[in-house]
This record gives sequence, C-alpha cells and structure tokens, in this order.
Amino acid sequence: MKPFSYARPADVAEAVRTVATEPGAVFLGGGTNLVDHLKLGVARPELVVDVRRLTSRAVVDLEDGGLRIGAAVTNAELAADRRVRERYPVLAQALLSGATGQLRNMATTGGNPLQRTRCVYFQDVTTACNKREPGSGCTAVGGSTRNHAILGTPGVLPDPTAAETCIATHPSDMAVALAALDALVHVQGPAGERLVPFPELHRLPDDDPSRDTVLEHGELITAIDLPPLAAGARSAYRKVRDRASYAFALVSVAAVVPGDGEIRLALGGVAHKPWRARRAEEILRGAPLTEHAVRGAMEAELTAAQPQPGVDGGNGFKIPLVQRTVVATVRDLALEA
Amino acid sequence: MDAEISLTVDGVPRRLTVDTRTTLLDALRERLGNPSPKKGCDHGQCGACTVLLDGDRALSCLALAVAHDGAEITTADGLAAGGELHPVQQAFIDRDAFQCGYCTPGQICSAVGLLDEVRRGWPSSATPDLGAAPDLSHAEVAERMSGNLCRCAAYVNIVPAVQQAGGAGGSGRGTGR
Amino acid sequence: MPELLDPRAIGTDLARRDGAAKVCGTATYAFETPVERPAFAHIVQATVPLGRITAVDTSAVDALDGVLAVLTAGNAERLAWTDDRELAVLQDDEVAFRGQPVGVVIAETSELARQAADLLRFTYDEREHDSELTVDHPGLYKPDKVNAGFPTDTAEGDVAGAMATAHATVEQTYATAMYHNNPLEPHATTALWDAEAEVPLTLWDSTQGVHPARSTVAKIFGLERERIRVVCPYVGGGFGSKGTPHANLVLAAMAARALPGRPVRLALTRQQMFFLAGYRTPTIQRMQVAADRTGRLQAIAIDVVEQTSRIKEFAEQTGVPTRMMYASPSRRTTHRVAALDVPVPSWMRAPGECPGMFGPEVALDELAEALEMDPVELRIRNEPEKDPESGKPWSSRNLVACLREGAERFGWADRPPAGHRDGDWLVGTGVASSVYPTYRQASSTATVRFEAGRYAVEIGAADLGTGAWTVLPQIAADALDVPVDDVEVRIGDTRYPRASVAGGSSGTNTWGSAIVVAAGAFRDKFGGDPADGDEVSGDVDQAERDSDHAAYAFGAQFTEVRVHADTGELRVPRLYGVFAAGRIVNPRTARSQLIGGMTMGLSMALHENSVWDPRVGQVVNHDLAEYHISVNADVADVQAHWIDEHDPWVNVMGSKGIGEIGITGTAAAVVNAVHRATGIRVRDLPVTLDKVLAGLP
Repeated sequence: MKPFSYARPADVAEAVRTVATEPGAVFLGGGTNLVDHLKLGVARPELVVDVRRLTSRAVVDLEDGGLRIGAAVTNAELAADRRVRERYPVLAQALLSGATGQLRNMATTGGNPLQRTRCVYFQDVTTACNKREPGSGCTAVGGSTRNHAILGTPGVLPDPTAAETCIATHPSDMAVALAALDALVHVQGPAGERLVPFPELHRLPDDDPSRDTVLEHGELITAIDLPPLAAGARSAYRKVRDRASYAFALVSVAAVVPGDGEIRLALGGVAHKPWRARRAEEILRGAPLTEHAVRGAMEAELTAAQPQPGVDGGNGFKIPLVQRTVVATVRDLALEA
Repeated sequence: MDAEISLTVDGVPRRLTVDTRTTLLDALRERLGNPSPKKGCDHGQCGACTVLLDGDRALSCLALAVAHDGAEITTADGLAAGGELHPVQQAFIDRDAFQCGYCTPGQICSAVGLLDEVRRGWPSSATPDLGAAPDLSHAEVAERMSGNLCRCAAYVNIVPAVQQAGGAGGSGRGTGR
Repeated sequence: MPELLDPRAIGTDLARRDGAAKVCGTATYAFETPVERPAFAHIVQATVPLGRITAVDTSAVDALDGVLAVLTAGNAERLAWTDDRELAVLQDDEVAFRGQPVGVVIAETSELARQAADLLRFTYDEREHDSELTVDHPGLYKPDKVNAGFPTDTAEGDVAGAMATAHATVEQTYATAMYHNNPLEPHATTALWDAEAEVPLTLWDSTQGVHPARSTVAKIFGLERERIRVVCPYVGGGFGSKGTPHANLVLAAMAARALPGRPVRLALTRQQMFFLAGYRTPTIQRMQVAADRTGRLQAIAIDVVEQTSRIKEFAEQTGVPTRMMYASPSRRTTHRVAALDVPVPSWMRAPGECPGMFGPEVALDELAEALEMDPVELRIRNEPEKDPESGKPWSSRNLVACLREGAERFGWADRPPAGHRDGDWLVGTGVASSVYPTYRQASSTATVRFEAGRYAVEIGAADLGTGAWTVLPQIAADALDVPVDDVEVRIGDTRYPRASVAGGSSGTNTWGSAIVVAAGAFRDKFGGDPADGDEVSGDVDQAERDSDHAAYAFGAQFTEVRVHADTGELRVPRLYGVFAAGRIVNPRTARSQLIGGMTMGLSMALHENSVWDPRVGQVVNHDLAEYHISVNADVADVQAHWIDEHDPWVNVMGSKGIGEIGITGTAAAVVNAVHRATGIRVRDLPVTLDKVLAGLP
C-alpha cells in the first residue's frame, strides 16, 4: 500500500474543495470498498478525505411523501427504517441481500452505489485492465467471464486489446433498487449542488471504462431522495447468486409496479451499470402483467444481449436466467396484489 | 505517515501511534498486542476480524484506525469481563460451535451484535415479513451469521449456540452500546 | 484377538479443554506469538508464469526508512538441500510458475513491508508456458507411484469383455475442480534466529506437525534438528495444507537468519495462499461400470487424469478407493499425470478418497438408474466379503449397516418420486458411500511423568481443531486408570517427544497408541503410587500392530436437494451421514469433525472451484469473495451418526480416524439428488445453477 495523507475536513464544502483541488485525493465513507482497494493497489491515492461524519445520518420525510436519505446513513440502518420497509420494500430487500451484517453496518448510502466492479482482473494489478489502467487492455475477454456483462457490451467478442473494451458488471444491489425507484441523487461539487436522476448516475464503458459514473472528480453524494409511491404500489427485489448468502449477484431484478399501469424494471449483474429494462417497460406499459407478456417483453429487451465465452464456461446462462427471474419476480408481485 | 489516536479497547483507554494505512485490525493485533480479532482474509470476505465498533459489529480489517480516533472497541476477549464468559461464549463451548478456533472470536462478536440487532427489530433477508419483528429461527440466525466463514464448518452448531445465548436471559448482557 | 482399552473417559462427551481460550481469542496462533520488537516480512511473487529473472531493481526500496532487509536470489543464503524445488526458494533466477516467491522484504512495520514489496521491480525473460490440463494432454505420463505410496495402476479380469457383454453398463467421464484448502488462519510463522543460543532457530509456525516441520527445515538449512525448535500450540485449520512445509516457512527462517536477534513475522495473504500453500489437483475420471441383471458388478474401472507441477511431483491417488470399495470380477485403475507450469499441488482433506469417491459413486447411481434398481440396494448387493485388492479379511466393515441405518433415519423408503415439486422447488434425494483407510504412523513417542500429584503427558502432536487437546487426555486417563482431570497433556512443541504429522486421519490412532504404551510402561515401572518426577517414555512401534486385516472406516451419506424451479438455485436442506469408524473417543468433537467434513463436501459439491485461467497462468478467483466456500446460510440440517463398531485389530483404542471420511462421497450424493430432482446429470463439479437450467420447467 502506498502511503497517503489523511484529512477530516470540518464540513462538506471543505471536503469537496479539498478533493477537487487535489487530483490524487479520494473520499472515504464506510471504507468497505476503498480500504479493500488500497490494499490491492487498485486505489493509490495521495490523500484520503474522510467524509463519514460530514453528511446527514438521518432519513427524513419529504413533503411530497418521499424520503431523503442522508449519505452517511448506513445500509443496515436504512434497511431497518420502518418507512423503507413499508413503502419501498424493493430497497430494503436489495440492501439486506447485499454483503453481510458487519458490512451493512459500515457501508453508507453515499458509498454503496459507488462501489466498483468485482471483475477479478480489475482487482488483480498484475493483469491488464482498462478500468484500472486505461489503455492496458481487458484480460476478462476470453477469461473468467461468468460474472460479466451481457448487456451494453461492445459486441460478440470484444477486442481485448482495445482501450475501450470492458465487460465488467456493477456489483451493488442497492443501486439496482434505486434505479428502479427513479431515485434522485444530491451531488455537491465545487460549483455547487446538482441533482442526478439515479438511472443516469452510472454509465456504460463507452470510450472510457475507467469512469463508472457521471460524477466529476471532487463531486460528493450528500443525499438520495426516494420519490413518493402511491398507496398500493408494489415492489420487490430478487437476487440470484451462487451461495445462499454473502455472494454478489449472478443476476438480480428490481421490479416496481407504481399502480398506474406502468412497471419499472432494473436488472443487476448484467451490465456495467444497473440496467433499466426500458424496452421491456415500454412493451408492458398498460398491458396486463401476464407471464406470457413479461416473457415476451424480456425477450425483446434481451435481443441485444451478448453472451461472453470464457474459461469458466462463460456467461450465456445469464440470458435465460435473467428472463426467468424477471418473469418470476413479476409473477410473485402480481400474486401479492 | 503517522498519526496519534485514542481508542478504548475492551474498556481500557489507549493512546497509540499508527500509520495512516494501519487498519483497526492491525492496530489491535500488531500495535496493541490484542490477538483476539483474527486476520483471515484482510479484505472483508471472511468475518474473522469482527469486533464491536461503537457497539455495532463491524469488520476491523476494512476500517482505517485513523478514521476511528476515539472509537470504543470490544473484542471477544473484552466480552469475558472479569474472567466470566459471556453467554454467547459459554453457548459456543456448550454446543461445540468451533474446532480450530480461528474464526471463533469473530463469530462471537458477530453473534453478540446480531442479538442486539434482532432486539432492535432489524430485519434480515431471511425475515419472512419485513413488517414483523424478527425471531431467532434457524434461517434468521444462519443468514445473519453468514458473514463469518468457518472452514471447519461448525455452522450447524453455531446456530443453536446463538439461539441458546439469545434465549431466556441469554441476551441480557450489554455490548457497550 | 487383541483386547481393547477399557473405556471410562473414552467415549465421554468432554468439552474442549482449549474452549475458553478460543472463545476469548486469547489462544495464540503463530503470527500472534508474543515477542519483543517483531519485524514484519512480506513475500514478493513472480508476475510471469514461466521464465527467468533478468534484473532486480531495489532502488525505490533502498530509499525507504525502516526497511531492514530485501532478500532475492541475488543475496539470499544458499540452502544446504535444494532437491525439493518448491522449498528451494530464492536459489536461482528461474520462475517455474506465476506467483512463485522471487523475494522477501523485512521491515519495521507490516505496512512498510508491504509497500516495499510493491516497489521491488523485477524484469523477466518470459517463456511460453503450458498450464492447462486436458484429458489428452500430450505430456501425460505414468508416475512411478501415487501419493501415500500406492501403485499407479492395477488390473484384474477382463473389463473390456464385461463392458461388451454385460446387461447394463455406464461409461462416462466425471470431473472434479481444482480446490484450495483455505484454512481460516493463513500460513504464518514467527521466526527468531539467535546464533549464540543453544537452540538458535525458533519457529512458531502454523503446522500440522512440529517435528516433521523441524526435520525439513533442518535438512534445508543444514542444521542439526536439536538446533531448531518448532512451536505450535494452536492451528487455525490446515486440512492438509499445513501438513508439509511450504515456501513461506523457508522464507520466514531465511528472513530471521538475515536479522539475527530480531523476531520476524511472516504470514501469507489470502491471495498468496492460492499460489503457495498447495491445492487439490483437478481430476478427470473416465469410469466404466458393468453389471448383470441382478445388479452384481461385472467390471469397474477408473482412468484418472490429473496434474502436478513441473518442479515437484504430487500424484493424487484418486483411483485408490475403486480398488477396494465393491466386489467385481474385473477391475482396472490407472493414473496419468501432466506436469504443468503451475503451483505445486499437495494434500487436501482425504487426498485420493475425496475426488475418488465422486466419479464412481455417481456412476453407480447411473447404473442403478439403468437397472431400475434402488441405489442403496445396488451398493449392498456389491458388498465384498474380503478386501478385493489385498485379499485380506476386513478388520471390520459395516458399510451395509451404515446404508441401512442412514436410509432409516433419512426416510429413504418414502422419498418423493423423481421430479417431485414442492411449491417453487424441485425436490430430489441422493445417496453415496464414504470410505477412508485406517492409518497409523510408524513413529511417535509419548512421555508420562508424575508431577505434583498429576500425570503430565508430553508428545509433540498437533490440534488443528480436531480435538487432540481434549481427546488425548481421555486416552491417557484410561491407559493410566485415573480420572481425566488428573491428566495434563502437552502438545505442539518439539521440546516434547517426536510425533507424527496430523494427517491421514492418523493422529489419534498414532499418538494415542504411543500414550497407551507409555502409560503401560509407567505403571509397570512405578506402579500405582509413583513419586514426583517419575517418568517413562513409550513408542508407537511397541504397540501391537496387525497386518493381517484390511482396515477402513465406512459410511453412507443421504441428501435432499432442492432446486428452484424458476432460477435453478440449489439448496441442501438435509444431509445425513452414518459412519462406522470404530470406537468414538469423544462424541462431541467427533461429531464436529464428521459434520465439518460433510459440510466441506457440500461446499465442494455446490461452490468450490478454483478458476484457472490458462492464458494468465493462475487461479483468478484467488480470494474468499470469489472462491466460494459454504456460508452458514448454505447449511441447514446436517447430521452425523455412527454405529457402535468394535474393531480389535486397528489399535488398542479401537479407533479408526474420523477427520477425513466425512468429505468423501458427499458431492456424489448431492449430484445424484440433483439428477433425481431435475433429470440433469451433472458430471463436472461444482453443481451450479447454470448447469441445471435446462432441466427446469
């Protein structure tokens, strides 16, 4: 681990100023991802700026009936919040399906969505990775791809030597639920505050896989708003993984049925970002949510899916798996009604 | 880069100098000579380093010591106040809930934290009804203990040990919270 | 027929003597040994899979305050014995596998050691490597023998003829994955070199055998054994990976010798354990079985393909259980090995029997299906009267009793039909047999001494969680005919008499036998009223040894598997084992070992898989987030039972060893249950949900 300086500024403004003016600075929240990456050499900051005690650790009611979650609220506290459990079960379930009791006590609302991919090559500094070291190539292509993306990837067999190639997935469960809930992210930057719709927070690799989100250096998430859901709205999160607990998703589904003839679907474990299944949502708008209809809509959503071959058998199984999981999740939600 | 911090470890105030890179785990093990929290993976993937950090169970390997200046830490050793075993510790012995013992202090701290979380009504992904108060069913305890790997695989003894400790009178002991 | 020790303490449910220290975390493991001013060492690993180091740049490290030494092939001491190339570290510029140690850095703090290790720069001349095991690898060869000294191949009768003419046959290929032992305590040492001292080298090491470790270190460094002390009161699990020293111990000793007078701590990181601590080879098992109309085997054959490293041969004895498990007039077992540019494989819990009870036990299930016969009955029908391999009678063999009692406890007769659905879940049941040979090592010595009114028993044995701290006093108490509280057993230190490695499920059999000999000699010499300080030693080689019988423990495992009808997620709500393992010395610790083995078998069935990337030349999922071992939520109702078995031939305790049998057969039982639930026969482990999707409604 490279040596670094540590700073604990007095407030958010100072923290943002400090990081914005120091290219080698990073924010430290709960530390569950950053400290891991410091040890691996994946993160090599000059300065660690501790913001854990600077943002709100409260969940407050908004006038429109929504909730505002302070960035310092831990994943455990948020999942236990009675309002979240009653009104946003998709979020409580997503949080509780992530990591472990110990990690949820540490991980924060601001930090969880910014955790980085679990791609084994990203985490191993002795192998090439465009996300970790732009331009070095992508070792994942043709390697161990079981946990990798099927959507938003650059083609059937991406060029492992191209600088833009990245087939990593985003690991957060919470982020998938927040994408389906159309949450709003409060971001404090050197130029002031801005609001980012959660589905736009994360990005596809495009020409720069090193960037996971649209946040600029020095921008800090200070709170996340959950828009109100009508009484009678239903939502659920379904995570499919290799162990019964303490494993990242192979695929996951966040489904929200607001009750106005719409359905919102976000998929985890399938792309570089939480994947809003916009095409499926569009097809299902106003339609009865029969198994047949959902299966058909997901088929349309997945026409662009690209399975990756790999030394571990590849990830082609995710295409039928995510379809089956969406169908089952929506079916169970309908039964709940 | 060095920093001077204060920690209260198992009830005893300590001042120490740490590298900014030093984790709480290494601060405890290598600087304060407290071997109770174990290093099994050093990356938050096994739970052997679990301690009670300001009352809640947490992974000391992923916590920078410098960021926890002033914290109160309870290790498994500190749970046995005055030489008397904590009910969770006694239950682990009664149920033979360990073999090699390396994951055990982390399991114990995790179990103590878990019982507190259940008492607060916190749900888990095994809670059948998110609106209802959780119980100490096998599924609940197993899910909540899944952050503590045991390669000797004492799992089927750990669950009844936690249930025993959480039973009548078993969870009455505080955790410093 | 020899007489067994009269059991009084033996058979009692004694709680662990080391329990309080372990639940408090005050039991000290190797890295934690209290020493003054320890320095910290960190291993530097090769980043190419094959090649030669052409340059080492230490300039960035030399500039760092607090770095005490940097050892590479250029300046490390020359070792006295380098035949074992896994252990001959830093002796030349060659890199034989990715991750091989190329240096070690010692510094004032662990943070600094690791930083300095990152700053060392090695330049390599890389060569093309070959690291992928395939069934037709051109380099496959026949080793002279396989692990534990077994013959490489055996053959009797006419397998091909039986396969051509039998009523029912199965010919399939099965595969087990590469597995890493992953004890929770990483391999670690605290080492101290003090040239002036009577015993200059002290190694507090996490090992399954202090004496074997000392012997190896003595040879490597050209020191007399008496000039080395190895200490290990507690081991945080080993499962074979701490049975023989690995490079980390040699590097720790080297580091200490480079810094005389200064204790040095060295632990492998979890990631490094996937390169340097041994592993179980992947196996490819081609099975042939043939049976007549009644289910009697006419042929059974296993042809095993597996790997070893280019620098050191370890040939797992995967085919060995097929030689003795069932009766058959014709039989063939072969082993072929490819030597690859890979880390060195080694022992992992039940080497041979663990992978070797996968292919055969699944093939038998396939045969039962072909015969439309109950797989329990098929196994019973092929019970051999004597050991098919040696022709010797069994010392005791109660597989049939285990199958019957297991079927009864499990409710096998009333199991649901194939493809049964219960709500969202498809339900299947499966069975497989378990086996493990009963070993006793050739040498171990115990000393009994009367001290302040109690009996001190000293033997340099090891407790890796197996319960030796608790079980050996029970044996000593019965051998001395005193209450167990009057006995103190001391283990884990080469200051105590020489004891064998804790391996091959032989610890209790071997050390217990030595203790019984010593206790007998003590009573013979000093009678029932000894004086303080009276002392005598006894060796296991003075214990009665039977060579006229074939001695094995047997067992049967029954499992219920549920497969989610939507997603293919797999759960094992029930796993029951019944074992016949001689007399059980301590039911509490025994049950834990058996359950532990079975759960590790469950983990192997569903999760474990070291993913080898042959392009990079390494296991890529080299941590505990990606290399999955079962977590608590994966494990539901796991039960271990045993039948009362009186076996006078194995040893004076009548015990057979229980550390390894639990992991044998489990994965086959799971695979067989998955087949009954889904109709999908998974022949390559692990059984993950992607492999059963095709069988879902």
